[in-house]
Order: sequence, then C-alpha cells, then structure tokens
Amino acid sequence: MTAGNGEAAGRRGGAAPGGAGPMRLSVENLQVLRAPSRGRASVDVVDEVSFRVEPGQVLGLVGESGSGKTTMALALLGHVRRGLVIGGGKVIVDGQDILPLSPRELQRMRGRQVAYVPQDPSSALNPTLKIGTQLREVLAGYEGDDRARTQRLTEMLAEVGLSTVPGILESYPHQLSGGQQQRVGLAMAFACRPQLIVLDEPTTGLDVTTQRRVLETIRDLCRSYRVAAVYISHDLAVVAEIADYVAVLYAGRLAEVGAAREVFATPAHPYSRGLLRAVPSLDRSQVLMGLSGQPPRPGSRPSGCFFQPRCEFAVPECEAGQPPMIEVSPAGHRARCLRAVEVAALAGAPDGSPARPAGAGQTAPLLDVRGLSATYGRKTVLSDLTFTVPGHQCVAVVGMSGSGKTTLARCLVGLHPTWTGDAAFAGQPLTAGVRRRSGDQLRRIQYVSQNPYLALNPRRTVGQIVEQPLAHFEKLSASQRYERVVAALTWAALRESFVDLYPDQLSGGERQRVAIARALILEPDLLVCDEVTSALDVSVQAAIVELLRRLQAERGLSMIFITHNLPLVRSIADHVVVMNDGRICERGTVTEVLEAPKDAYTTQLLADVPKMTVPVGEG
Amino acid sequence: MASNAALTVLRSAGRGRARRREWVAVLGRAVRTSRGATGLAIVGVVVLIAAIGPALAPYPSTAFVTAPFANPSLKFPLGADTLGRDVLSRTLDGGWQLLLMAAVATLLGVAVGAIIGVGAAYVGGKWDTLLMRAVDVILAFPQLVFALLLVSILGPKIWLIVLAVAISHAPQVARVTRAAALDVCERDFVRAAQILGMPARKVIRREVLPNLTSVLMVELGLRLTYSILVIAGLSFLGFGLQPPAASWGLMINENRIGLVANPWGVLAPTLLIAALTIGMNTLTDAIARASLGVGRQADDALLPGLVVAGAGQ
Repeated sequence: MTAGNGEAAGRRGGAAPGGAGPMRLSVENLQVLRAPSRGRASVDVVDEVSFRVEPGQVLGLVGESGSGKTTMALALLGHVRRGLVIGGGKVIVDGQDILPLSPRELQRMRGRQVAYVPQDPSSALNPTLKIGTQLREVLAGYEGDDRARTQRLTEMLAEVGLSTVPGILESYPHQLSGGQQQRVGLAMAFACRPQLIVLDEPTTGLDVTTQRRVLETIRDLCRSYRVAAVYISHDLAVVAEIADYVAVLYAGRLAEVGAAREVFATPAHPYSRGLLRAVPSLDRSQVLMGLSGQPPRPGSRPSGCFFQPRCEFAVPECEAGQPPMIEVSPAGHRARCLRAVEVAALAGAPDGSPARPAGAGQTAPLLDVRGLSATYGRKTVLSDLTFTVPGHQCVAVVGMSGSGKTTLARCLVGLHPTWTGDAAFAGQPLTAGVRRRSGDQLRRIQYVSQNPYLALNPRRTVGQIVEQPLAHFEKLSASQRYERVVAALTWAALRESFVDLYPDQLSGGERQRVAIARALILEPDLLVCDEVTSALDVSVQAAIVELLRRLQAERGLSMIFITHNLPLVRSIADHVVVMNDGRICERGTVTEVLEAPKDAYTTQLLADVPKMTVPVGEG
Repeated sequence: MASNAALTVLRSAGRGRARRREWVAVLGRAVRTSRGATGLAIVGVVVLIAAIGPALAPYPSTAFVTAPFANPSLKFPLGADTLGRDVLSRTLDGGWQLLLMAAVATLLGVAVGAIIGVGAAYVGGKWDTLLMRAVDVILAFPQLVFALLLVSILGPKIWLIVLAVAISHAPQVARVTRAAALDVCERDFVRAAQILGMPARKVIRREVLPNLTSVLMVELGLRLTYSILVIAGLSFLGFGLQPPAASWGLMINENRIGLVANPWGVLAPTLLIAALTIGMNTLTDAIARASLGVGRQADDALLPGLVVAGAGQ
C-alpha cells in the first residue's frame, strides 16, 4: 500500500471520537526503517501508524511479540534502537513535532514533556543509589530552591502511594518489592509533569494485586494531571482495564484503532477478534482459541494484507494489496480490513468458542500428598500441604509470586530433595530426591518448566532434546527412537521437520511445545506444568493451554497446572488449590472455588484479576 | 520406509551439528575481524618459525662456529652468542620446546580447572565451598613463585615444569568456569535432565559443558599467553631446558651480558616471545568479542520471560 492511504487515515481523525478537543499527542504516518546494511535492503519495521490521544486519556497499544510495540514506544520519544532510523511521519506533542529536534533538544524534552516507564523496574533503577537520590536527580530541572524540591518529593511519593513506606528515600532499589520499584519509576516519570507518558508493559511480572494498584495509580495520575498516556501491553485484559482507546498493532501496521469499548465489544479486524478470543475468562469455562502461525518478521511479510495467511476471513482480494483503513463507526473506530464491517457485525452473535467439556468423574487419587513441608535453608517455604491429584484430572495450583508454587513443583518432581511429609504416587510412597526414586516413578512423573527460553539446551537439535528421556530409559534402535520422537512431536502439534532445528530457530510457543513433547515421550501419568504460559503471548498461551487440555483428555493424563493466572484455571483445571505464603488456604473444584470462594485471600485474588470490561461474544 | 527416512534425517541432524559446532563458529567469526586476523597472523608466523625452524637452521644450535658476540654478517645474519654459537640457528631451534610445553601445560591446566569449576558449580553446597577455599589457597601464591617453589624443591625436570604451570593455572580457570557454570546449571534444561535421574557426569558432559564452549576458548587463549611467559621466565631463571640446549628464555639470560656487543642474541628471542604473547592476546580478545555475539538471538527473546521467571521463586 502507498503512503497516501496512511495519510488519508491520519487526516480522517485519530483515535479520539469527535476529535474536537486539543490533542496532546498526535502521531501521523510514522515510519521506522531498518537501516540498509551489508546485503540487506532497508525494510520498514513500523509504517503508516497514525493515532491521537487527548489530555487525560490512555491509549492502549496492543500486539503480539514482534509486532513492533517497543519500537513504536521508543519512536514516540524520538529514539530508535541501533540499526533503525525514523523514515518519516510526525510525532506531535502539544503542537510541536519532536522528530526534527536535535539530540540536545530531545534530551531537554525527555522527562519534562515526554516521560517513559520501562518494562522492568529493577533494571531501570540504579542499584547503587538510594531511592531519594534517584528521585532528586529527576527534579534537577525543577524550578525552585531545595525546600520546594523536598516539598515536591513528598508530593511525588504521596501521588504514587509510597509515602507510607518507612524510610523509602533512604532505601536501595533491592530493598523494595517489584510493585514498589515500579511506583518509584512512575513517580520519576510523573515528576516533572510531562504532557505525554509512554508506558512499556509496566506491570508485566507483577502479581495481580500489585498490578491492579499500579494500574489505578497510573489512571488517577493521568486523569488528575491531564497527561496523555500510551500504554503498551500484550495483555488485553490489562488494556481493557486501563485504556480509553485501543490501537492494535500487527506487523508494524495499525490493524485496528478505536475507543476501547467499541474495539472490545465489536472487534472489526480478524486479528483483534482472534486476540480477544484467546483471552481466558474467569466467568466461564471455554475452549481457548489460539491464533495459528506467527506474526511475519520485517522483510518477510506476505504480499497483500499482512494478516491474510493467518486469517479465517481471507478472500482472494486480500492478496491484492494492503487494505486501507476502513471506518467501522463514525466515532473513529477504524480497521485495516476489507471485511471490517462484516467482522464487526459478527461480534454480537455467539462466537465459535465452545464450552470446555467437563473432565472425567471422580477417580482414585494418583498422587496423595499429606503434610508436605519444605525449607530453603532456615526459611520455611511450604508448610503442611495436603492435597490429592485424582487420576485423569487436572489440579491447578494458584497463588501470587512467593507463595511457594514453584517449590511445590520442584518437590514433586524430586528437584528439591529436602522436604518432609508423606506422598504416595499410584499407591507407592514417593521419596523426596530423584536419586532414591525408582525408574518407574521417574518415568511416570514428568515436568514442563516455566520459561521455554531456558528449557531447551541451545546446543542440541529438537530431535536430540526430545529423544533424551527415551535414550536414558530405553534401549532402542535409532529408527525406533526416531519414530517415538516423531510421535511425541505430533502429540505436541509439531511437524516432523522440526527434528533438525535448533531452539534458537523456534518461537516461544514452539519451544514450549518441544518441552511438552520431551515430557510426553515417556508417556507419563502425571505432568507437572509450572507456569508454562507465563512467558508467552496471549494467543500462544491459548494454543498451549488448549493443547494441554486436549492431551489430558485424550491420553488420560493427570496434571498439576501451576499458574498465577486465575482465568486460565477455568479453561483447563478440574480442581484448584489456592496457596498463600506456603500454605494451602483453600481447595476444591474449580466451580466451587472460583464462584463461591470461602477464604478471604481467594476472594481478594479474584477481585484483583483484570477483567475485560465488555464481555466478548457471549453465546 | 519410515526407518529409512529416519536414518536419513538422523544423519542430516549429524550434519547440522557439525555445521553449528560453536567453537568453529566463534573462531570463524573472530578471525574475520581485523583484530582476530592480526592476532592469528602474528601467532601463525611465530609458531611457524618455531615449528619448522629446527629444519631450517644453517648450523647445529650447539656448535661453536665463530667468535663470541661476533657482529651480524652474511654468514651469520644475527651474529654469534656468548660462546660463539650462531644466534639465528639457536633462535630457530629454541622455540618448539617452549611452545609445546606451554600448550601441554595450558591444556592440562584448563582441563583440570574446568573440571573443578564445573563440578563445584554443579554439586554446590559444602563441596562447592570446600573446593573454592582450596582454590583460594593456591591462588594466594603468585603463579611464578608457585612454579619456582615446586621446581626448586623437586629439580628442573621438564614434566615438572609443565605440571607446575598447569597446577598454577587450574585455580584461576576453576574460578572463571564456576561462575559461568553456575548460570548454566540453573537453567531448566539441566533440571530436565536431572529429573530423569541422569548421573551428574552425563548431565555435565551433555548439557552443561557445550554451553561453556566460548568461556573455555577464551580461557585457553589467555592461559596459553601466561604459560608462554611463565615457562620462558623459568627458562630465563635457569629452570627448564639446561645448557647447552637452545631455548628462547635461556638465550636471553646467556646473552644479556653481551647486550652491547651483539644485541641480537637477546633481541631475537625477546621479539619472538613478545610477538607471540601479543598475537595470542589479540586473538583471544577477538574470540572473546566474537563469543559475545553467540546466542544473542536467544537472549533477546528472553526479555518478557525473565521478569516472571525471577518472580516465580
């Protein structure tokens, strides 16, 4: 598509309905290019992006990894990563285009007019300086004498809800929790009263309770100081919680933009629709629908509409060229899809996501844990856990970070050999450490770990990785082993051609599937899944969860599914164990616990879960 | 049919492995930089001189062929040494033993150090503390002093010098590899092997060591440089090859009294040793820089996951 369309889109008015108010931020036809280097032509990473944000409003910028979110965020500050250049367009903050500014002018502007809150607060703060020192540094440009600054410092802390933390100014970053660190980051960003603030996934890695409080703080600050905010996230539920407008980014182009209510209620682009359907819901047990495929990388994008190869609505015309932005509603809801109006109209009707079939009935317990306690050094991490895992069923273990979930997983698979208590697996006592377990027990309990980027040895091929458990336990010929490897890959929905690939050639979702295939090759009875989707995009998470659910049903697996994501529990588990501070505070069936929680802690957890304000495609 | 296909694919998997051997990749990348190419060229020239020098030497290295400290002439291009032996011949002949000793000492030292380091990191706990404190004790001795101590007690035997230098390397290598291995041992693929009940030896060999390739390569280069210096230094002090054998370190000592009469007797071996260490250092530096790029792709992808991984204790 030519630039003309993008310009037209920009002129038609940005995200703001009505468009009458003064714009704090107006992005027009922004383009970021990968600079041409040896043998590589210049390719656009982000192109034809236009949107506007009014004072006091929050725009949520949504997309899968690799869609260009962070590139966009940095471009709003007039910055690009090494190897990229801004190819054209305007970023107008309060009437001034910041892109032509000199580096010096940009530097003066950053922090005062435009502020940035990075993803990981612990790496954004200097670990060797006290919080007070770092906050005062930001105020260096603030007018007034020392007294005025100290005054301002106190205000800042109060604004972000840190004034009650004793001795905060004298603390070092590592003495604060993740949520407190992120609040310090917010205080810094809001310190000089910027006109625009860019937040790059600021709550990733925070637990739901902390996340909700941080989100509230951001929204309050934006409203009271009339700051325009761009909130970048892959988590649609979070965006639904905070954003007034939503812009969906796909392959560096805006797929859809509009008021949050409209986009969530009537998604007009098939991609937004797919993303929304991938979000698990706390209220009902559904089969999650992931998006197949991955977003194309810059330089290898398909002809025509970039989404067309993954699109269930694709028609031959989609291959002809980039579709223009089409207006869906007069309020400024636009989507880059030829069939946008049709897709939006579908949203009201019942969608295809069927309810999840119920698990098997009550069966004899496969794993019976009584009074399990574990310590790290002198610190008690788990105390007196008692629960059972019935055969052919899935038990979800939920709790905040630090509640001992991962330690529990490591105890059960034998990696944390110093626990006490009784555990019986299929009637046989389960010893604590791997070394004292029988080969049979080792084979029948398998483990899928949290981070697929650390789970696979980067020096081995997928074939070698998946084959490893088999080679360890069984003497088979190479061709027998190969057949089993291919079978395991097939169970995990991977093709035979993956055997020769190395982990760095795979996406996060594919890596996690390889880890699942490795766990399945011995045909275990119990699969322990530790936060297996927390490092993945929502759409990939949906696909992995659906895969696990299907495997569990088809292969009669029992599963322990550890997660901090409560809505996911609905989509996969039969029973729930809620953990808090190393203890079980509630357990029962999913319906019992999620619909009528008895424990105060569970109630609080459920209340803090970000909910999509507009129910999607209720059937 | 299926098994046929299987065999083909397994074989091609083998090819893939060879193609991506990390040390080849790192070395290739290092040598393609100007830094690496310079280092390799310098090292190559000196090694070539040392290796084929003995065959090219115009005179036997121990023969008295002219007057002591004779000036360079057509017949004796670098003049004569303190006893009237040809400096060129002695220089050509005096390098290979130094290089061989340095190489063996380095390999031995790095191997022992790596085993201690990786073992300590993998086992952890009491054994880790014990091994590392033992390492601290050896580290308290300066390398050259430690080697001197052993050699002066047990006599200047070649194998003892090699062993002494190797032992003096091991603790430092152990420290570095332990630090790198600690990180690898914490990764989930190592745990995945552990929960199968695999013996530690196998987990270390198959899962941990391949991920330490670049660290070990840099260590090898660095330790080789030190080995050359220490062995040449010992030789200078009279421990090592005994007269009348030719050796660069020994030559510097023998000829330093005639530095004014015929400087080449000192200059030639000094220049070669200097070139060798500088070249080796440059090459190692290039390798270290090249290895930083390896696996970067994987690390980039970690961004969103790491935070959660850290919080999930």
